[in-house]
Amino acid sequence: MAELVTLTIDGKQITAEKGTLVIEAAKKIGIEIPAFCYYEGYSLQAACRMCLVEVEKMPKLQPGCTLPAAEGMVVMTDSPKVVEARKSTLEFLLTNHPLDCPVCDKGGECELQDMVFRYGAGESRFTEIKHHANEKQWSPMVYYDPARCILCYRCIRVCDEGLGVGALGLTHRGVHAEITPSNGDHLECDECGMCIDICPVGALTSGSYRYKSRPWEMNHVGTICAHCSNGCKTTLSIRNGEIMRANNRDQSGINGEFLCAKGRFGYDFVHSEERLQTPLVRKDGELVEASWSEALALVAKKFGDVKAKGGKFGVVGSARTTNEEAYYLQKFARQGLGTANIDHRRSGDVASLLNALAGKRDALATVADLYTTKAALVIGSDLSQQHPLLAFQLRANYRHHGSSTYTVTRGPVREDSYAARSIRFEAGDEIGALDQLREDLSKHASVVILFGDSVKGGDVAKLVAFGDSLGVGVKYVCLMDYSNSRGAWDMGLTHEYGPGYEAAEQRGLSLPEMLAAKDLDVFWAVGANPLADAELGSNDAFVVVQELFLTETARRADVVLPAASAYEKNGTVTNTCGEVQRLKAGAKVMGVKTDLEIMGLLAKEMGLDLGIWTPEKVFEEIRRTVRGYNVQLPIIVTGGAAPTQPVSGQLAVLPDVSLVRSAEDTLFTSGSLGRYSKMLNAAMEAPGKLYKE
Amino acid sequence: MLLNQPHPLETRVLTRRFEYPQKNPIWVDEFVAKQGYEGFRKALGMSPDEIIEEVKKSSLRGRGGAGFPTGLKWSFVDRKSSKPKYVVVNGDEGEPGTCKDRVLIEHDPHRLIEGCLICARAIGAERGWVYIRGEYRFHIDILDKAIAEAYERGYLGENILGSGMTFHLSTHTGAGSYECGEESALLESLEGKRGNPRLKPPFPATVGAFQCPTTVNNVETFCAVPDILLNGGDWYHALGTPKNGGTRMVCLSGHINNPGVYEVPLGFNMKRLIEEIGGGVWKGRKLKAVIPGGSSSPILTADEVDIPADYDSLAKAGSMLGSGATMVCDETTDMVKLLARVMKFYAHESCGWCIPCREGTAWLAKILARMDEGAGMTRDIDMIDQLATSMFGRTFCALGDAAAMPTMSIVRKFRNEFEAKIGSTEVFVPAPGTQPLVVL
Amino acid sequence: MIGNYPTGRQKGALIPMLLYAQDEIGQITEELIDEVSKRLSVNRVEIEEVLGYYTMLHREKRGKHHVQICTNVSCMLRGGEELWEHACGKLGIGNKQTTADGSVSLEEVECIGACSWAPAILVNYDFHFNVTPESLDALIEGLRTKQ
Ligand SMILES: Cc1cc2nc3c(=O)[nH]c(=O)nc-3n(C[C@H](O)[C@H](O)[C@H](O)COP(=O)(O)O)c2cc1C
Ligand code: SF4
Ligand code: FES
Repeated sequence: MAELVTLTIDGKQITAEKGTLVIEAAKKIGIEIPAFCYYEGYSLQAACRMCLVEVEKMPKLQPGCTLPAAEGMVVMTDSPKVVEARKSTLEFLLTNHPLDCPVCDKGGECELQDMVFRYGAGESRFTEIKHHANEKQWSPMVYYDPARCILCYRCIRVCDEGLGVGALGLTHRGVHAEITPSNGDHLECDECGMCIDICPVGALTSGSYRYKSRPWEMNHVGTICAHCSNGCKTTLSIRNGEIMRANNRDQSGINGEFLCAKGRFGYDFVHSEERLQTPLVRKDGELVEASWSEALALVAKKFGDVKAKGGKFGVVGSARTTNEEAYYLQKFARQGLGTANIDHRRSGDVASLLNALAGKRDALATVADLYTTKAALVIGSDLSQQHPLLAFQLRANYRHHGSSTYTVTRGPVREDSYAARSIRFEAGDEIGALDQLREDLSKHASVVILFGDSVKGGDVAKLVAFGDSLGVGVKYVCLMDYSNSRGAWDMGLTHEYGPGYEAAEQRGLSLPEMLAAKDLDVFWAVGANPLADAELGSNDAFVVVQELFLTETARRADVVLPAASAYEKNGTVTNTCGEVQRLKAGAKVMGVKTDLEIMGLLAKEMGLDLGIWTPEKVFEEIRRTVRGYNVQLPIIVTGGAAPTQPVSGQLAVLPDVSLVRSAEDTLFTSGSLGRYSKMLNAAMEAPGKLYKE
Repeated sequence: MLLNQPHPLETRVLTRRFEYPQKNPIWVDEFVAKQGYEGFRKALGMSPDEIIEEVKKSSLRGRGGAGFPTGLKWSFVDRKSSKPKYVVVNGDEGEPGTCKDRVLIEHDPHRLIEGCLICARAIGAERGWVYIRGEYRFHIDILDKAIAEAYERGYLGENILGSGMTFHLSTHTGAGSYECGEESALLESLEGKRGNPRLKPPFPATVGAFQCPTTVNNVETFCAVPDILLNGGDWYHALGTPKNGGTRMVCLSGHINNPGVYEVPLGFNMKRLIEEIGGGVWKGRKLKAVIPGGSSSPILTADEVDIPADYDSLAKAGSMLGSGATMVCDETTDMVKLLARVMKFYAHESCGWCIPCREGTAWLAKILARMDEGAGMTRDIDMIDQLATSMFGRTFCALGDAAAMPTMSIVRKFRNEFEAKIGSTEVFVPAPGTQPLVVL
Repeated sequence: MIGNYPTGRQKGALIPMLLYAQDEIGQITEELIDEVSKRLSVNRVEIEEVLGYYTMLHREKRGKHHVQICTNVSCMLRGGEELWEHACGKLGIGNKQTTADGSVSLEEVECIGACSWAPAILVNYDFHFNVTPESLDALIEGLRTKQ
């Protein structure tokens, strides 16, 4: 146990672990010591000198951000000397600051403004000519204004220590000192924009937000990112229904301070001019605009007719729609249409994992576990590219707790740079490669194993057996692609399973089988684009597509129903770690409906009784009926993440693992959705070679 | 080769091998013939603790500026650490007014190598670097040659003189930065980075060069060590005053008849130094002020200089012995101009890491340049003092203090000169489109 | 040079390597940055950080003879500033500028450690002490004819 010391801060006694920084000790008793360069979790700089405090028996003021608490220490954070020092530091800081607050993006939420408001002098004695340097664009995402920069070095540290990218540095000196990007005049990096978020002032601004709005004109809606399966919370700032920016404003999600390029900049697909905003109906071979009632009636009639004559349906769900939508869709298909032909594009074999974990409790790792586990094993995934949050967590765990990471991958990955051991394997031999790590891994008290799409079926069972053989606590993450990849499995969007992995009453056609079938009467794709890389075998099939864009699949449709995106709807999604989180509608796009509403209206039109189609009601039903989903409502309602209990017990049927394949998206791609994000495309086209191939 | 005529009042220890006029550095043969490496041979027969004890007895204090007791500093090196230990020589010599380390390297390079060897023996170091400012290419070449000689003769390398000791030494060039003289910034520079100072603690003695226990000392400090070992700490101590052992190199510059680098005992009276060794103020003028320890040290007026020049006496007089520079200002010296120039230097050299130093030096430089141009305002005078006071003791490293100390002393002691520079207009408005007075 | 630094710490050679290479080719070029970055396995941004920091490293081409005049206190007290003005006037160029023929460039520098022999100037790496406007004239003439 660490030694405890008692110190006094502003007359209040406090006991803290020896060595606790005074700034942290003060925080615990509600005393704020102002600081710019200090940032919890990153290396100490003591550069801004805002945190100077007076300490009894020390002649000089001491930086609270680096001063370790010691027994009997008496600290004053608001003595006249301290107050004077803060004032003068702020006065110094403002001498060369442009004071362009009225037009600065950060105005209203700027730490410098707040600091001057609280601690500064109302007057500056500086009458000289300011030092100025022009603003620079470093990438499509990042702009840098050296004049505004206060040189707190947060951006450098978050990029280097947090992300392991190290794309920012410091150049020149004295008042000329400024931040410099990795490649002389431009950035070659992950474009995550963490530097923008962490910048206390308006020195780093976002390519998609700059000069667009004032913070106080917007509503801020915390929701879950629409892109990858990690489930980061992103805060949408909305003005008149339009998303002006997405960032990590409240840092209350499972991702803490983290957000990647997709979460931060990839929202722009929402307001793309290519968004579908009216239903389209095929007339004389052409897709023409139609009213909602006309389009829905057409679909309902066709569905009804095909059902009546006992025709063949093919229903494809999405790895991006909400749990409620996925659940409702399978219910619609199975109960409403009476078909067993339902599937979605699967990217990880979570069913085999749940099967192999029979009898184990708490064997699925949460995002938080990745930050606390003693060791992690990454198999067959380029984590930094495909699962940026999980990669960030592992790195933070290594930085803060010295945890060990092992990688077993086909090619080099970023985790290698700090990994305890890295092993390369030939395709298909990842399980064989594991034996080399048995000894290393069994040394650690806890291990999290993360595996990609190359580990499936019997290999998953072998992996779990390997985990069991380590003799330590092992948890697992089955890595998947999209925001609700896990939910799609759980809700029964597969031809083998109903909701909660109950064996489907009748095994229907899988997605490739539907595509291949020559005699399909209806093909219904809800938020999926299977025809992006395949043909529909049945020429006569009536194709109904619920989509945001005129995708390859939508182009083949007879009826296209414009759907709302994740940012325009309420509901829940389940991330790759099995944590359920709540989506909150932020943006508004005219003319579209959520997939749930579309299905509800269709059901009504067809006279089907599938229950009330509000997200709340459907979620209630999910909680009641889907195994593992009886999560605590308050967690969800307050924006928390509720882990789903693994399905414990032998699955009656085994999944068809030949269907499991990751799209291997990168930091700047996101399936069909990514194609409609100008920012993500711009990042791909920006100069530089990192991760662009 | 730079060498001024020796002065009878000098006490020659470090410079005892120098001859005037001298054409070449003292190479290894001549060095060895004149007791070279004998101090080190003696050290080989002593335990590390005995060596450190001897240095402590000598009361040798660091000649780089801060005057920290050298023996004590060596004793802090974490000798038990399993990591390698390093010796780093600070030959950055950036302090304005200072030009002594170059003289030592230029004339007697092996003395420095011998000092490093003794230190290495004391702290158990197996490698060292001599960090020399980039402008001193000539001196780097001389030292490189001397180091090559030492390797050849078995004074450097493995199994030195059959003792089993290993020590490697090389030069490392700076590339133009005053801040790199600050020991932790120097270590950063040695590691191939910007010369931003490091957070302390940990001090170099525990975490120094390449994260290993290290001692950093000035060139002159190391050069004093061989004779301490040779003749004993007590002998060296007796040359100076209590707690201020030995001799020091002083660099006389400015308005003086015989500028040059001399070696005098610590405690040698500063007035005598100027008048007798330096030959008095030039052009028959009167003395106005002396900057006694490089541009960072607080200025002394003419009537404050009749004091012994050692660390403690100067501290008592409100200044510091610093790096051995003694800059003499005659009665015609424009103190505003002088301070403006000093501040231009610090603004140029601030690494930019911390706010008070980065912004404070630049702001002061601008005000002072403006005053010097005759556009000062009454309020500027107090403001200069206040800004320097706000910097003092609050910056990340001592460069901020180095800029603040001369400012506070000059503006306080020569206030009348600042008042005389107040311009005709009380509000200074630069004409539209004009260039800033100081382009920093 | 790399051997002078502990294994794995070859980055220590960065500043000497840049400076010595610059002495050979006259300036820091993009190719040099690439080469050094490869040899020492340092990132581009780490080199960028250093280049902006050290005043002796420069990307722009300088005159064949780079005349550096110290105007810091010791030199100033003995006429350094007048020397500087004189040199500017004589060469018709200002700070960090180069004569049209590329033979001479000028820089006002901070203390070069020659205070006891002030005013002092550096031409490339050669020191000249106790310089007067007259001796400076002669020196510059010499440089220009030396080409
Ligand atoms: C801004 C600054 C510049 C310095 N420059 C030098 C220098 O050029 N040479 C030097 O020996 N010490 C310099 N020092 C002092 C060193 O930090 C350090 O105290 C010294 O190298 C220790 O050696 P010593 O104990 O032998 O004096 C400087 C200190 C500061 C704060
Ligand atoms: S850009 Fe922002 S975060 Fe980075 S150092 Fe400057 S002020 Fe700090
Ligand atoms: S000395 Fe570098 S910023 Fe203070």
